[in-house]
Amino acid sequence: MKYLIALIVGMATGAAAFAMLLYYNPLVAQNKLSPLSVTDNELISLNYSAVAADSLVYTNDGNSQITPHPAKVLQLWERPIRKTNAMATVLKDSRNQTVGIGIKFSSDSESSNILNGEVIVDSVWHIYLPGRGSLFVEQQENFWGYLREIVIPAYWSSGDSWRGIWNGNTTSGPGAIGTATVIGGSGAFRGVRTEAVEALAAKAYSVDRGPVAISGEITIEVPRPEPEATPGP
Amino acid sequence: MFKTFIAGILLGIVAAVAGLHFIPLVDQFREQSMIVVHPNQGNTESFHVNVPMDRIMIGAPTQNNPLPPGLGWPVDEKFADTRAELFKIRNGKDTVVGVASRIAASHEDSVDIIEWVLHLPARGSAYVTMHPEPAEGGYRVGEMTWGTREFAALEGLVTEQWVADVSGSEDAPAGRIEITTAFVRQLADEE
Repeated sequence: MKYLIALIVGMATGAAAFAMLLYYNPLVAQNKLSPLSVTDNELISLNYSAVAADSLVYTNDGNSQITPHPAKVLQLWERPIRKTNAMATVLKDSRNQTVGIGIKFSSDSESSNILNGEVIVDSVWHIYLPGRGSLFVEQQENFWGYLREIVIPAYWSSGDSWRGIWNGNTTSGPGAIGTATVIGGSGAFRGVRTEAVEALAAKAYSVDRGPVAISGEITIEVPRPEPEATPGP
Repeated sequence: MFKTFIAGILLGIVAAVAGLHFIPLVDQFREQSMIVVHPNQGNTESFHVNVPMDRIMIGAPTQNNPLPPGLGWPVDEKFADTRAELFKIRNGKDTVVGVASRIAASHEDSVDIIEWVLHLPARGSAYVTMHPEPAEGGYRVGEMTWGTREFAALEGLVTEQWVADVSGSEDAPAGRIEITTAFVRQLADEE
């Protein structure tokens, strides 16, 4: 009997040790430097509040931690869309001027793998900037850093909340250097194919309500028009 | 007994690794796709939105009854001619399989825009730009400008059409927006 107890306690210890190794794994670090920070091209910065109550509309399955907004919005309770959330929000530029509307669909990804520090969400943005045109952004986002540094500490906290300053890129693909794919649909962006990075800046998180003070930023690289070829001498 | 404890630790680590490796963290439920395959290897698929049941949001200025109730659409001249909508979308069996956004806009500085993003969580997304002028027969045609995951290798046309309900049934929708996709696999470079 004592051997069986030793085996069970040993297994629990081993599993706990492995969980701690995963949590503190220094090899899986959040990328805090934007891959677009070294570009010479123009960058469009679109900012939004990642707090559901600040959005125009935020909806999910209705049983998740984040409460849909407004309260009477249709919820995504059907089985094929239960692991999806939808948000419509106002987008602002770096001077805090309203520049457009963004709609984001995010779905939990089957490519998530905790062993590699990957909590992946497949997300797309449908963006309309009046006077400029429309854009579609496709990306995979990795929320492992966000979970590890904000959500889990909030659960461990006696106040069931987290406060601090956290900045991190959530975009992890499909671009090889961790960038999103951006496709221009209309207006000045028609035919444009470029890259973007989405980042979060968090200040407060609550176990009961989810994000309390978190803002998001989508940085889109605008490629320069290619110079017209001139005939040789 | 100490050896048993050490063996237990190793077993616990192996079990944790195996569990995380073999048990999927996320398993998106996928409805059976209702795709019709054609002899040219293309395929067509129909989706629809029951109106008003599947409408999540109508974002437009000067609405007497905003949807959802409590929606605070931005009061800004920029959005005077913009209409953004969110829907649930259904397959041919009338089962919800995804969500979609539709943005329609006209602006003095830019052309009329009618666009869809169809997002099917288990399959991927399709970004569709429609021709603003409707075709004969009351439907509108557009192209899939970009597709992700399952739609990434496809190209083709998408149509949208409003079909009013004529059943007269009390609990029937007012009508439906029918979205039909006709996709074919993109030609790969021959080299």
